[in-house]
Amino acid sequence: MKKVLIVGATSAIAEATARKLAERGDALYLVARNEARLAAVAADLLVRGSPRVGTEVLDANDSGAHEAMLARAESFLAGYDTVLIAHGTLSDQKACEASVELTLKEINTNALSVVALLTRIASRLEQRRAGTIAVISSVAGDRGRSSNYVYGSAKALVTAFLSGLRQRLGRCGVNVVTIKPGFVDTPMTAAFAKGPLWAQPEHIARGIVRAIDRNSGTVYLPGFWRPIMLVIRAIPESLFLRLSL
Amino acid sequence: MASRVISSWGNVIRAAHVVYGLHSRSDSFPALSAASTVLPFGNGRSYGDSCLNVGGALLQTRTLDRFISFDREAGVLACEAGVLLADILRLVVPAGWFLPVVPGTCYVTVGGAIANDVHGKNHHQAGTFGRHVRQLELLRSDGTRLLCSPTQNTDWFAATVGGLGLTGAVTWAELQLRPIRSPRLDVESIRFANLDEFFTLCAEAERKYEYTVAWIDCLGRGKQLGRGLLQCANHAREGAASDPVPDRKLSVPFPLPMSAVNALSLRVFNTVHYHRQRGRRRLTSEYFQSFFFPLDRILHWNRLYGPAGFYQYQCVVPTHLAREATTELLQTIASSGLGSFLAVLKCFGNIGSPGMLSFPRAGVTLALDFPNRGARVARLFESLDRIVSGAGGTLYPAKDGRMPGALFRSGYARWQEFSNYIDPACSSSFWRRVTEHE
Repeated sequence: MKKVLIVGATSAIAEATARKLAERGDALYLVARNEARLAAVAADLLVRGSPRVGTEVLDANDSGAHEAMLARAESFLAGYDTVLIAHGTLSDQKACEASVELTLKEINTNALSVVALLTRIASRLEQRRAGTIAVISSVAGDRGRSSNYVYGSAKALVTAFLSGLRQRLGRCGVNVVTIKPGFVDTPMTAAFAKGPLWAQPEHIARGIVRAIDRNSGTVYLPGFWRPIMLVIRAIPESLFLRLSL
Repeated sequence: MASRVISSWGNVIRAAHVVYGLHSRSDSFPALSAASTVLPFGNGRSYGDSCLNVGGALLQTRTLDRFISFDREAGVLACEAGVLLADILRLVVPAGWFLPVVPGTCYVTVGGAIANDVHGKNHHQAGTFGRHVRQLELLRSDGTRLLCSPTQNTDWFAATVGGLGLTGAVTWAELQLRPIRSPRLDVESIRFANLDEFFTLCAEAERKYEYTVAWIDCLGRGKQLGRGLLQCANHAREGAASDPVPDRKLSVPFPLPMSAVNALSLRVFNTVHYHRQRGRRRLTSEYFQSFFFPLDRILHWNRLYGPAGFYQYQCVVPTHLAREATTELLQTIASSGLGSFLAVLKCFGNIGSPGMLSFPRAGVTLALDFPNRGARVARLFESLDRIVSGAGGTLYPAKDGRMPGALFRSGYARWQEFSNYIDPACSSSFWRRVTEHE
């Protein structure tokens, strides 16, 4: 049985992942902003087979509250061995271009709050010399594009931070997993027209659980995004400038 | 808001709808533009237009897919309305419980099962799905939440069960399950040569078996009119409920360019299927999926009918005229040469249905799929309508995409009383079709 802390637990991908963990009997500590939704998710996971589900209402941007939350998670689970960080907002690129405040807020939510959490969690697991940290980054972080570079650059920060963290913690037996989903059909992307590249949260969740179990480093979900992003990263800047992506 | 092309299971109508979503039972009813109407939409397994609202909006509820509680001692399950019956069975079967009523597919939502007050092969013993709903929450567009049950807000309960989603959105429901000892069923399959034999066998089987349903060769004529196979089953009394259950699936990966269901394929299938068992009676043991949901093993089987889609015609005729009317219906269908592999005949028992618009009533129900061949099939349906209406029967809204308004209104005596409970923000293509231009 794993003991899993999930931040952003009411997001569609996190919830789908939590169901798979609950069905195999893992204990869970769920953190999210919306109390009513959080309670609904927790009740569901208990029915699905999780032996223990704790909840805490927290805005991840409130980094002053992180330490106390981590302590409560620690005590509820008697020491967590796995962490999934899944919170985030899909920035409105156009609105960000017109507002410094909004841009910084998006960067704060999608990057700085993650960095704050990871810094604290890393030192806990480092002391224990075991555990897995999985974080949902995005294919959007692989290269900045005009259509969503605020969100993309925040995710790029997360990806680079995780890469360094993996190198640091790998030496003491703590595994760091960078999860890069492509397009996922969730409430966050409800306004988008869906094409063949879109995946369901359950599909992404299967990949996340597999990555956690296998101690993978970086996973693209679904896997076809790895070659796609390889090509996108390889496009010379001079050509990239003329593309509309 | 997002606009998406949505079709129902029959694929006859494909239309853009503005789409809203409910993501948690605590969410409020979405704010609509004043002129628009909305219809709750589950998994889209209704065949015709009862789950569509062309020109308006849909409120998708599949994301309301959380369990709330499961009392493993008493067999009481509460869950959100977008949970699929398949998900419930995956949870409760290993714990020794089963849904008290299941329709022919497990890919319907709880909300959809309530809104259509669905029935199963055990109607003669268990009645409809709605009879096993202990309570439900109805979310109205003005934000009101009504707890409805057979003892509380009873009028709203009777309107919402079988209410085609028109009374508002069901957010969650509590169901009474029934105990089982095994995921298997003891099945007896009996071949019958004609309709008279069917009625005799059926009366006998209903005393011995909880589940009975017959497949009919819709091409049989003359002495072979109404020949088929009667499937009867009880839950197995031996074995462990937690036995592993196989779950293999085939799929029709893309829509076929034309219907694979035609006169030749139909004749071959029906002849082979009728003769598939050597003896007249055959006893087998089957997992519940293959007995209850044989078609669910082929994902997207509706694509077999090609781009024009298909209709299902499901009628019920009252017991006292059932024999004559069914004979006449089958004669008309056989001589048309249309029809499909799946012709199903079932005797409903006389347990009352809880909904104002529930379809099941004492009598015999016949269901057949027909590839959409335009005017030819429309003419056949008109002939069938005359027989059904002459016998005082009616059609099933969940399956219907074309019945005349008069046939609906004569078959559903309480439709005007029901209309008092329709949410002012709700409407459907079906409802406008059968009640406007009266």
